[in-house]
Amino acid sequence: MNEMIRSLDSKPALSTVGAIDCDLHPASPATAALMPYLDEYWRETFIMRGVDRMSLAMTASPPRSPINVRSDWKAKSGFAGDTLEAVRAQALDPFGTRLAICNVLNGAMIMHSDDMAAALCGAVNEWLAREWLDKEPRLRGSIIVSAQNADLAVAEIEKRVADNRFVQILILAQNDEPLGRRRYWPIYEAAARNRLPVCIHAGGSNRHAPTATGWPSFFVEAYVAQGSIFESQLLSLVAEGVFHKVPDLKVVCAESGFTWLPSFFWRADKTWRGVRAETPWVTEQPSDIVKRHVRFTLQPVEAPLETDALTRTLEHVDCDDILLFSTDYPHAQFEGLNALPAALGETLARKIMIGNPLATYPRIAADFAKEVAK
Amino acid sequence: MNQAVLEKDTNLEKDGGAETKLSIVDCDIHPAFSSQAELAKFLPQRWKQHLADYGPRSANPLVGTLPYPRMTPGNGMRRDAWPPNGGPPASDLAYLQEQLLDLLDIEYGILQPLAAGSSTLNQDLGVAMCAAVNDWQIDKWMDPEPRLKGSISVTQEDVPAALTEIEARINDKRFVQIAIPPRTIEPAGRRRYWPIYEAAEHYDMPIGMHSAAYGQHTNSGAGWLSFYIEEHYAFSHSLQSVLTSMIFEGVFERFPKLKLVVVEGGFAWAAPLAWRLDKQWERMRSEVPQVKRPPSEYLKENVWFTTQPIEEPENNRHLLDTLRWVGTDRLMFSTDYPHWDFDDPRYAFKVPLSPTERAQIFRDNARAVYRLP
Repeated sequence: MNEMIRSLDSKPALSTVGAIDCDLHPASPATAALMPYLDEYWRETFIMRGVDRMSLAMTASPPRSPINVRSDWKAKSGFAGDTLEAVRAQALDPFGTRLAICNVLNGAMIMHSDDMAAALCGAVNEWLAREWLDKEPRLRGSIIVSAQNADLAVAEIEKRVADNRFVQILILAQNDEPLGRRRYWPIYEAAARNRLPVCIHAGGSNRHAPTATGWPSFFVEAYVAQGSIFESQLLSLVAEGVFHKVPDLKVVCAESGFTWLPSFFWRADKTWRGVRAETPWVTEQPSDIVKRHVRFTLQPVEAPLETDALTRTLEHVDCDDILLFSTDYPHAQFEGLNALPAALGETLARKIMIGNPLATYPRIAADFAKEVAK
Repeated sequence: MNQAVLEKDTNLEKDGGAETKLSIVDCDIHPAFSSQAELAKFLPQRWKQHLADYGPRSANPLVGTLPYPRMTPGNGMRRDAWPPNGGPPASDLAYLQEQLLDLLDIEYGILQPLAAGSSTLNQDLGVAMCAAVNDWQIDKWMDPEPRLKGSISVTQEDVPAALTEIEARINDKRFVQIAIPPRTIEPAGRRRYWPIYEAAEHYDMPIGMHSAAYGQHTNSGAGWLSFYIEEHYAFSHSLQSVLTSMIFEGVFERFPKLKLVVVEGGFAWAAPLAWRLDKQWERMRSEVPQVKRPPSEYLKENVWFTTQPIEEPENNRHLLDTLRWVGTDRLMFSTDYPHWDFDDPRYAFKVPLSPTERAQIFRDNARAVYRLP
């Protein structure tokens, strides 16, 4: 409790008041909580099979691990962010958050059965709308889908688009195949058609090892490996020509880290210059395509903040549009309210908090415009 | 060392044509067989016949070629590296001497044979092929050309056989490292491989891990990639997985004097990797109590990076930050001859280096790591 009071009292180097938080995690719902939002068939079989007693939390983000539950945000249950009251008291009020996008990470997205996955994704989205968005006007939602079956994913997207509080589509970083491959294109087309960014969030289905050298022993290794997975996904989207085919597509990488971007740009651009005849539809260097189409949530900031690493890295990235403010609540990425490292400076921090999210999320921008008109 | 020449070198950013006279250690040269029969000479009859009938069995789905065709003939060779007397690039010693060692004033070149012994699924065949490749390095390259130094090719999945091969070669001082591919069956830090690290530390031989096109898992954490540009990129990811695994499993705590050289992955990623490792270790160190210090410290003490394919920022000078973060004491120059993405020592670093930094990267670090005379 003392820790919590301290974190509420500590004044951050840069104020977050008025920010749009682009990566906030309400706790993954227990399947029992989803039952009212499933149809009769799934309710009956889930009871019959005991699925209603399962949590469907994913091992890619063990819900009680120190990274996923910041100690001063931990509830008696061992989880964090599992009630609206907790989210208000810990994630919204103290930061002065204007709006926050809820990214619900649930095994619905990775069930092997296409139909079960689709039914569960639909239920999670409905649960989010009823239990969270209806009750707290500062919250927005991501439409979670299972990428493995693009037709069913598109059906879920089309079903949700009428609800303007859903501002993007959420898929995971690790899937059956690299995300640039054509089986996923209908999802990107539906996203662009509806002016919804596609958010790729860290985590995945474990259908194959998370590294080319096999299965790591430790969670911390798998977490580190997510950085490489995001790089592969970006290069896959570029090389397969997704942004050429769907020029209006916006992608948001969430909980990906971003300090690896300069070395990614340098290596990818150089190799592209050498082998670009292989993918003739890629007519610009990868870094230019990424800077135009892809955004990255701020947390985790992976750089030693007592050095010039972050300042220099941002200069190397050379693109002020690329970062979106996030707390990654309730994950333990920073202390107290220090979501914005001082090295960002006030001007860039403001752009990351408000300007960049507004430019990325047309639905949030429309809400803001309406408020201004009032 | 000629000071005037070194000063001229520091102007490379403006004067890309400046010629270096600093002698060089090239840490990544790929010797090739003149023909398939060349290796067979060093194999017992039983395996000679086996190879002739079945070929080397690996996880590669194509016979004798790579599943991601390169952009130049010969699986991605420099177009000017085909020897005038025939045979594939880097199969003719005289031409390799002329085009590489003499032209670029290379005092030592480290051979990195890419023959498939280490990744052959048939373990007894792998043992025989590794021994044959080691004999071949002596016979074809190191006997006639003392500037060339060898890598002891071993079967990392059959550890007792690997130890036998290391013992058999250790007294031949022309072998300067133990070569293991990074794409092992289990991540490199897992205990099955520790006896190899123990031997390497005991004999003060670096472990060299060279980017590998073969493995038994998807070639990225995102799944099977479609294009060579992606595969090429993902080589650097396997090397990151190697470092992550070896650090978090506590390999460098158990073998504090172990030297690891990661080859042909570039190096700019090593800085953000170190930051990511440190940050996440700080949060999850309760999971890995065997790791006593911030991961970046092991990178600074136990790991070296060969420089090719050097990353090229749009603004050259951004590389200076990377050099500062990674440390010029960790970098060892390499050309990757005769592959298409060869780095020429005269042009690879497009930023000014001090004479000390230049000497470290191009010569002195490698001399020390490989204990070259």
